[in-house]
Amino acid sequence: MTRDHRPSYLEIRDLRVVFDKFVAVDGVDLRVEQGDLRFLIGPNGAGKTTTIDAVTALAPAQGSINHNGHELVGRKTHKIVRYGVGRTFQTASVFEDLTVLQNLDIAAGLRRRPREMLRHRTGVSARITEVMKTTGLSDFQETKAGVLSHGQKQWLEIGMLMVQDANVLLLDEPVAGMSQDERDATGELLRKLAADHVVVVVEHDMEFLRKYAQSVTVMAAGKIIAEGTVAEVQANPTVQEIYLGTAGTKSLEEAKAEAEMLGLDPEAVTVGVPSATEREEH
Amino acid sequence: MTTTATPPATTTPSTTGARKLPSVAEGPGVWTTGPRGALIGLGIGAVLLLVVAPLTLGGFGLDLLGRYLCMAMVAVGIGLVWGRGGMLAMGQGVYFGLGAYIMAMHMTLADTTLEGESIPTFMRQNGVERLPELWGIVQHPVIAVAAIILVPTAVAGLLGWAIFSRRVKGAYFAILSQALAAAFAVLIIGQPVLTNGSNGLSNFQSLFGWDLDDSGNRLVLFLVVAVILLAMLAVTWQLYRSRFGELLVAVRDQEERVRFLGYDPALIKTVAYMIAALFAAIGGALFVPVVGIISPADIGVVPSIAFLIGVAIGGRATWLGPVLGSIAVSFAGTQLASAFPSAWVYLQGLLFVLVIGFLPGGLASVIGLLRRRRPEGRGGGRGDGSAGAPDEPGDDPQDTTREATEPEAAR
Repeated sequence: MTRDHRPSYLEIRDLRVVFDKFVAVDGVDLRVEQGDLRFLIGPNGAGKTTTIDAVTALAPAQGSINHNGHELVGRKTHKIVRYGVGRTFQTASVFEDLTVLQNLDIAAGLRRRPREMLRHRTGVSARITEVMKTTGLSDFQETKAGVLSHGQKQWLEIGMLMVQDANVLLLDEPVAGMSQDERDATGELLRKLAADHVVVVVEHDMEFLRKYAQSVTVMAAGKIIAEGTVAEVQANPTVQEIYLGTAGTKSLEEAKAEAEMLGLDPEAVTVGVPSATEREEH
Repeated sequence: MTTTATPPATTTPSTTGARKLPSVAEGPGVWTTGPRGALIGLGIGAVLLLVVAPLTLGGFGLDLLGRYLCMAMVAVGIGLVWGRGGMLAMGQGVYFGLGAYIMAMHMTLADTTLEGESIPTFMRQNGVERLPELWGIVQHPVIAVAAIILVPTAVAGLLGWAIFSRRVKGAYFAILSQALAAAFAVLIIGQPVLTNGSNGLSNFQSLFGWDLDDSGNRLVLFLVVAVILLAMLAVTWQLYRSRFGELLVAVRDQEERVRFLGYDPALIKTVAYMIAALFAAIGGALFVPVVGIISPADIGVVPSIAFLIGVAIGGRATWLGPVLGSIAVSFAGTQLASAFPSAWVYLQGLLFVLVIGFLPGGLASVIGLLRRRRPEGRGGGRGDGSAGAPDEPGDDPQDTTREATEPEAAR
């Protein structure tokens, strides 16, 4: 976990996640290095979130997940976090009954000694102050997280990741529900973070992706079908086919919009029954 | 802090989830009771218990109050695990009983020795000729006290770790803990040679060489009980405002999320459970000399649930709610049980259901609700969230005072 000269990395090899008989992730290989800003995209049910779940031991993983030489498969969630892997969730999950400061303080505390735990917090650490400034939450220090706006909660989550000193950041739809300005600010922040963190972003928002992704991995049906820059991925015929041919898993409008975002002809999306009930993997 | 803590005027506060656990966090002094409020609260308690009560209550009344205080110690622990930790501990009778029986064994042995016998009368009647090993261990007072502290805590540590690391929670934990209380009572009843079965242990003459019939000694005993209870309150106050306390609330509200911050929730919950067990055990140990008897009827399922009722009524997540609720319920129980012997149990059950159903924050939350109704003009509302806020000096102590005096007045 020391910040030495070698860049941090997260290397997933032959990852399989099987629920009962359903294979959610089927032989995924993925390597992300520090300095990259990797987006993980794919149609609903592709296994993107499940892959992240597997890295953080929320889903049963087979295969190998290596972070800077530490094998993560088979370890418990809190141990994996202690190796420096942090994540956010699709729905912001901050501690709503606690204040912004308390949320950040808890996130920053995983290496505290028991004696410190039994004491009252006195003052605010420089790191937390800095992160509150970066995430625009300085004015809300004493506000209960439950009353923050949706976007602010997402920011608080990112802030919690930052103070927790993770060097692998796995973000699941970080800009969902954010305004355009908030998206841009988040994008800039992620770009900054990517310089010294391994950052993987699961995202549906194609505009956001085109603006900020340095590289893209496309998943479908539990497998990786393409990887490369945004342009390379857009030009990939398999990706085009997947995005044009899976309208059945979402509404026609959504599929068309997504296809358009990818730079494909939305009118090519014709098949599929709109189904409002199906949402992302869970 | 006061200057920056302006409400988010520019943003639309989201309403989802904010009311998830209504009012538990709203009661007075949940986060806010600063050192001043705490000192005032404890000071009032000390004056009432150490000065007013001995001066106004006779020996009988003092014994009764002492009994309530012992039960309240269990309640303080339940407030910690249930109110703050979200673990509905329905079997605290186990730890209460462990502490009580260790104390009772020691006291019985001491009396036996005073009478010049080698084994207690009930054992002799059961045909026992040699003192069982288990009893021999607690003969020495120091070892007895150490056992009262260590045994229940260790048992809670082992059980807690086994339960929480397997992620047993919610109703399953509640049922499991209750089953433990039932099993423990059955175990005690099933060992008449060791425990005198369902008769329990009673007729104690002395405690650590002090004559329990002497009214002066009884007064000292009461004062010791009161001081220990106040000390427990001071400990919980510190725990609640410590980082551990914040973390415990975080575990209560989002256990999984805490895991993703690198903590092991099982460890945090186990520590809280052990502290609650220790409080219950001390309460049990003091209950024996104060009340003069311990039997399986005091530690089984029904008493274990009775411990909860006061906590629920008083406000489980508040600092003083559990102890005040517990004392009030004990008091009401004594009054009503003599007037309508069978009705009290039903009333108790009804109260429990009503509070859990309609007032999950307990009576303490009523104050919080009233407070919120009032127009926000004095920095209230949001300022509630600040830990140890020194900014509203007249506010918290005032409420603490009111809260502290109300049930006392009922006496």
